[in-house]
Amino acid sequence: MPPVIVAEHLQKRYKDVVAVADASFFVERGEIFGLLGSNGAGKTTSVECLQGLRRADGGVLRVLGLDPQTQARELRRRIGSQLQESALPDHVRVWEALDLFSSITHGGHDWREVMEQWGLSDKRKASFHGLSGGQRQRLFVALALVNGPEVVFLDEMTTGLDPAARRVAWDLVRRVRDMGTTVLLVTHFMEEAERLCDRIAVMDAGRIVAEGPPQRLVADHARYVTVVFSTDAEELAWLAEAPDVDKVTRHGARVEVRGGGAVLAHVAAALVAHGITPPDLRVEQPTLEDVFLALTGHEMGE
Amino acid sequence: MHLLFKMTWIEFKLLAREPVTLVFSFAFPILVLVLLGGIFGDQSMEGGGYRGVTMMDWYVPSFIALVIASIGTISLPVHLSSYRERGVLRRFRASGVSEAALLGSQLLVSLGVALIGALIITIVGMTVYGAREPAAPAEVALAYVVGVFCFAAIGVLLASLAPTARAAQSAGLMLWFVMLFVSGTSAPLDRLPSWMVSVGKALPLYHSVISLVDPWTGRGTNWTQLAIVAGVGLMATLLSLRVFRWE
Repeated sequence: MPPVIVAEHLQKRYKDVVAVADASFFVERGEIFGLLGSNGAGKTTSVECLQGLRRADGGVLRVLGLDPQTQARELRRRIGSQLQESALPDHVRVWEALDLFSSITHGGHDWREVMEQWGLSDKRKASFHGLSGGQRQRLFVALALVNGPEVVFLDEMTTGLDPAARRVAWDLVRRVRDMGTTVLLVTHFMEEAERLCDRIAVMDAGRIVAEGPPQRLVADHARYVTVVFSTDAEELAWLAEAPDVDKVTRHGARVEVRGGGAVLAHVAAALVAHGITPPDLRVEQPTLEDVFLALTGHEMGE
Repeated sequence: MHLLFKMTWIEFKLLAREPVTLVFSFAFPILVLVLLGGIFGDQSMEGGGYRGVTMMDWYVPSFIALVIASIGTISLPVHLSSYRERGVLRRFRASGVSEAALLGSQLLVSLGVALIGALIITIVGMTVYGAREPAAPAEVALAYVVGVFCFAAIGVLLASLAPTARAAQSAGLMLWFVMLFVSGTSAPLDRLPSWMVSVGKALPLYHSVISLVDPWTGRGTNWTQLAIVAGVGLMATLLSLRVFRWE
């Protein structure tokens, strides 16, 4: 089966600012695909081009086999969209917006169900104006899903949600995927990408720098683990001689030993051999954060 | 079709929730009606620019045109461009709302709002100033629909050309005020210097006024004036479809 979304050598610049230099990626049917990067990396521009909201300067784009440049109208009926910057009329009520958006296309979901799922039922009569940031965010996601789309674009959907609401949203997005909708998620939250996405593409300065399942990216790009413990022992130079150890750093009592392979076992053995048995000895696995740092040379900025 | 009516209905509800936006459209013509009624009373202007009808018989239908013009040149462009500014249009477009549904709903709302304004003016004019009832209601209705179509199209054009809602408001107010003074909707036409009348004839309100006054006062439909109003509306529609911007 061909991919649901294809971007080949997508390019887009605004006057003299290059937003997307050269981005290629694809999204398979039924997966949650994450476009991960810091602000200004070109993620939003990329998905806006895919939805036909902006015209790409170069490259080939296909969504559900349609060209977003020339078949935008047909495309928009089959996709759902939650935009980063958009609004509703101040005085429109939650239920009215859901009812309206569900009538744009035929054969959508019952908007009452979507309203219930996204926890908006007790706000059904509230006007847009009076909703909190998190409620607006949930309403926009609900509006993106209310027409029963085959593909849904979610751009920073959990911005403004508290951690509990974020977890609820993740569960709901998994359910959306399990019911057969393909999800393209734009995010700068490492945790969101790591926990929610089946596959991600890391975007930096308008280019895709890595692509794959999060676990594989971690395995490929962040080979080191860090062993952490605390001790009062002054002299630890012998630790650097242990097999698989790459680097030892010390902040007061806290010691961090970076290394690959079986570093934990070797460090533990060396410590015991020197009569040190720290009760807090543990190993920290690398995360997507380390992958991002390794790939881009900088940390994820807000 | 379903979506068009739903959007129209929601827009009506939004207006009802924020009625202050309509005050200008409704209150100003009534204010002018009261002021000019007080000044000119029921003077007759035989043979003058008033086509031989009394002042109030002239002012009631021409103020209906004025309300239509204020909706088209002020309310609608400010509304649409603030939707654009705030990202509401962006939201609609991304979800597949068509131009036809969006602009069609604006036209239907304008028709409804102008109708309320027309009824208020007619009732005040007839009860307070003894103005006559329309001689040919169906023909008046035709001129009313054509007028709303024309000014709604101009409104969409203004909204598309104006960079911001504030700009749309200034441009629309400016246009409306110029038309107010040179279209027989304030000072009597035969008191105006000829160059002002020429300016009036170059703008759509004058033609919309005549196309409403004639069937109202028993002269029947003025097809020439109606064709001019319809032509301007058509041109504005074609132009606005070319320049319409969602963001």
